[in-house]
Amino acid sequence: MWEYTDKVREHFINPKNVGEIADASCVGEVGSLACGDALKLFLKVDENDRIVDAKFQTFGCASAIASSSALTEMIKGKTVDEAMDVSNQDIAEFLGGLPKEKMHCSVMGKEALEAAVANLRGLPMAPHEEGEVVCECFGVTDTTIRKAIAENNLKTVEEITDFTKAGGGCGKCLDKLADLLAESKGGLKPLQPVAPARPTGLTNLQRMKLISKIIDEEISPSLQKDGGNIELVDVDGKTVLVQLRGACSSCKSSQLTLKQFVEKRLRDAVDPDLVVEEVR
Amino acid sequence: MPVIYMDNNATTKVDPAVLEEMLPYFSEQYGNPSSMHMFGGMVGRKLSEARERVAASFGCQPGEIIFNACGTEGDNTAIRSALASQPDKRHIITTRVEHPAVLNLVKHLERKGYEATYLGVDEQGRLDLEELRDAIRHDTALISVMFANNETGVIFPIKEIAEIAKERGVLMHTDAVQVLGKVPFDLKDIPVDFLAVSGHKVHAPKGVGAMFVRKGVQFRPFMMGGHQEHGRRAGTENTTGIIGLGKACELAMGNVTHENTVVRALRDKLEKKLIEAVPDTRINGVVDSRLPNTTSLAFQFVEGESILLMLDAFGVCASSGSACTSGSLEPSHVLRAMGVPFTYAHGSIRFSLSRFNTEADVDLVVAELPKIIHRLREISPFKRTEGEAPACTC
Repeated sequence: MWEYTDKVREHFINPKNVGEIADASCVGEVGSLACGDALKLFLKVDENDRIVDAKFQTFGCASAIASSSALTEMIKGKTVDEAMDVSNQDIAEFLGGLPKEKMHCSVMGKEALEAAVANLRGLPMAPHEEGEVVCECFGVTDTTIRKAIAENNLKTVEEITDFTKAGGGCGKCLDKLADLLAESKGGLKPLQPVAPARPTGLTNLQRMKLISKIIDEEISPSLQKDGGNIELVDVDGKTVLVQLRGACSSCKSSQLTLKQFVEKRLRDAVDPDLVVEEVR
Repeated sequence: MPVIYMDNNATTKVDPAVLEEMLPYFSEQYGNPSSMHMFGGMVGRKLSEARERVAASFGCQPGEIIFNACGTEGDNTAIRSALASQPDKRHIITTRVEHPAVLNLVKHLERKGYEATYLGVDEQGRLDLEELRDAIRHDTALISVMFANNETGVIFPIKEIAEIAKERGVLMHTDAVQVLGKVPFDLKDIPVDFLAVSGHKVHAPKGVGAMFVRKGVQFRPFMMGGHQEHGRRAGTENTTGIIGLGKACELAMGNVTHENTVVRALRDKLEKKLIEAVPDTRINGVVDSRLPNTTSLAFQFVEGESILLMLDAFGVCASSGSACTSGSLEPSHVLRAMGVPFTYAHGSIRFSLSRFNTEADVDLVVAELPKIIHRLREISPFKRTEGEAPACTC
């Protein structure tokens, strides 16, 4: 059972502004039946660019319906520019919060608003058609994901799924999500070719020392920022055995971290044949 | 507000007679059945009685029953035992619609180097036995197929599957959690090697289960420790739970006809009336081979969680195969395996009845649910008049 606030329940049981506006100034549509939620937003805008009426139709769970209701209540009476300042967090806050797995419902509200305003301004339907589709199951683009990461300060791949649904289906795009996340984090940037040239002709001892140094000085501090840590257990030939600590040890995406970040960094810096394995 | 409980495939009410049977063993009769003294020995004798009751309802010997904690434990124990006793065999056959207790274990075993074949189902949720025959390899260690599906209630032909397994010399396990008390079965006729059940699905309490291991089948315990259950399942017995499960099995034997007449009639009425009252509704799963208490109804253009929450306002408890209720983002793996269209899958609701349901319960749901669906369809941007559902970018 989801823990919904009273405000969510109220806006679900008695949603405000349900329906269509026959002479709407613009319409914004996001989601689809296949995705499990969809929102169609109708706005009536007067000559002063003020939203005089807003109505919606939503297919989806209680939080999707409540988020739509909340959105229409929040933007009615605002100018279009003022309305565009309403963020998905504002929608969630208006409802007294949403379960984190349901944050994508508030994001859907914000996207519908953007789509409606784009329609009003005669622009192509933003933001869904911009960027490259990363999550094929739910049709989520890199633009949407980057935006959700930046606006909501997302820190993990699971959070990306909670906010955008990307990665919630087959899971094929989880690697790409980790890349997008890494790219957005200054700390993890060295993933990219910033890495110094790989030394050649290392002795076993030198290689072990280099691995240890990179883990201690680069990888470990970076994981510590997210409440985790890593410890080098042993180096057995080309296999680097590590133990994940703190938040990492219980984190579902720790295997991604291990392969996408730790192994990649060590391969770049030390030896392309290295394999990182977790010791439990 | 009274609770109208139609979620009996999730869990059931403890039968008052089961509770009564258990109560003294919480208080006065708290002995450890393994103790040498009479005080513990009396509890031990009561456990023997429970074992005999369970065995009688399965059609097996009391010595073939092992008590444990839940259906999941039985599934895990059976599958791991079959693999451990045949280390040279590395292949497992199961289905795409198993309970996570089997499915997630088999996926885990794949990561450990085992190979698995997941049998598909048709749009009505039925298996193809030819596909099963073709899937069996020289190194197949085990076939694990559920007796009946928890979401749709579709019953699989376990006797035939077990006969195929036996003929090909492959061990066979079945998760029978959903059939106990609902469909009569006799393990003298069905040559499975392992079978798992759970107490709380048959009006016994949560935290107790039982598994059947056919005499002569090699067994490797899952839990190591003391000599309880003849060393096959260590750990002090859940005495009250086991006594409750024994009583529940005895009651189930007496009630199985009632389940297949009275409860079935209630289910049929509920199903028929709802399909009549709500357009664009269909049944998930083959209609004529289902558990008598279960119906999975799919309402097009609406979403399951919303339906459940609105039903909840009337005290009606059901469950949904929709994405939003499961915590995942996709509709249930069972409905997807059956190829139920997304337009229906998201709006699927499972009602699972029991002998504690009444005609009045059914009447209330039949009165309220059509209004709920109508209301949600009004809110929904998708309508039948728009023709087929819009193409999806997903």
